[in-house]
Amino acid sequence: MSQSTATQAPGKKARPLSPHLSVYKMTITMAMSIVHRITGGALYFGTLLVVWWLIAAATDAQYFDFVSWLFGTLIGRLVLFGYTWALIHHMLGGIRHLIWDTATGMEKHTASKIAWATLIGSVTITVLIWLFAIFARGAM
Amino acid sequence: MVELALPRNSKIQEGKIWPKPEGATNLREYRIYRWSPDDDQNPHMDTYFVDMDDCGPMVLDALLYIKNKIDPTLTLRRSCREGICGSCAMNIDGANTLACTKGADEIKGPVKVYPLPHMEVIKDLVPDLTNFYAQHASIQPWLQTVSPEPAKEWLQSHEDRQKLDGLYECILCACCSTSCPSYWWNGDRYLGPAVLLQAYRWLIDSRDEATGERLDNLEDPFRLYRCHTIMNCTQTCPKGLNPAKAIAEIKKMMVERRV
Repeated sequence: MSQSTATQAPGKKARPLSPHLSVYKMTITMAMSIVHRITGGALYFGTLLVVWWLIAAATDAQYFDFVSWLFGTLIGRLVLFGYTWALIHHMLGGIRHLIWDTATGMEKHTASKIAWATLIGSVTITVLIWLFAIFARGAM
Repeated sequence: MVELALPRNSKIQEGKIWPKPEGATNLREYRIYRWSPDDDQNPHMDTYFVDMDDCGPMVLDALLYIKNKIDPTLTLRRSCREGICGSCAMNIDGANTLACTKGADEIKGPVKVYPLPHMEVIKDLVPDLTNFYAQHASIQPWLQTVSPEPAKEWLQSHEDRQKLDGLYECILCACCSTSCPSYWWNGDRYLGPAVLLQAYRWLIDSRDEATGERLDNLEDPFRLYRCHTIMNCTQTCPKGLNPAKAIAEIKKMMVERRV
């Protein structure tokens, strides 16, 4: 940042930086912006799991069974559930940004509602996908 | 650069608790950021008690009550006391706004007051706005024309004039720019919402003839495109303006002139 020579007396101690993240009250649009970045990062990790699963399928039946078993454990399912949510949330966030890029839906309260909608929508869709998967398999 | 923690000399410490005004029954607690260049202390939060029976309803009234009756060293900018000069912009109750138009009754619990976020502090609630003003100058905020000057004023249709509504009302208080995380991390190169709204105000003016040059000046990964539509600017603007939408319109103009 530029230091004003007009207001900075020589020999005076360095000026402090005023507090920012620690004092600023979180807004829903700000929170969804941060979560969009985090889920975007998480997708790299999740996509590696998909690649691993595909490589296992291309290797042999025994290795594929092992990876499938690993993904089927409680921890494995929790990770996959998180990956599903990250995927859906990031996709809805992308759609939200696409809408905003056309300069529509940007009024203060509309923007907040759209931000809430991406959060509620992503959780709902993720739960529905998993309910559908469990129902289709006929068991947990 | 993204630096989540404050530098060592900026860490905020507990400050002094000033005595309550005598005989007052309707007290309101204020916690205010203090820093002086004249001693060796870190910034600290001082606690004051304001007699609401002897004080106006706005946060600025309380700050002036404190300055006049409790602690004359409290330093802040203020001028018009009616939301048109933009001097008393500060962070109140976790959001940037004008102290003169923020009612104390809108806030629950102790009223916390900080200077505008992520700025160099000159003293107490007074931040250094040098960079902000220099950025404003960089977008050349005046009418630019090549056509011969008309005999009288530059005329504009009623419809074209309406396009400036929601833009010309900006008072450059810097609430929006200093609420923006992108501006916090890249304020040296990103112009920030206030200056970009001003840029759009000239881009969309039917009388201005420097639109191409203005867009050239903004076509930059940092100056314009550090906006990630976090929307803090629009959420916090004390004048109810929409800088995020103005920035989106500039981005659209960039695309439209390419096709």
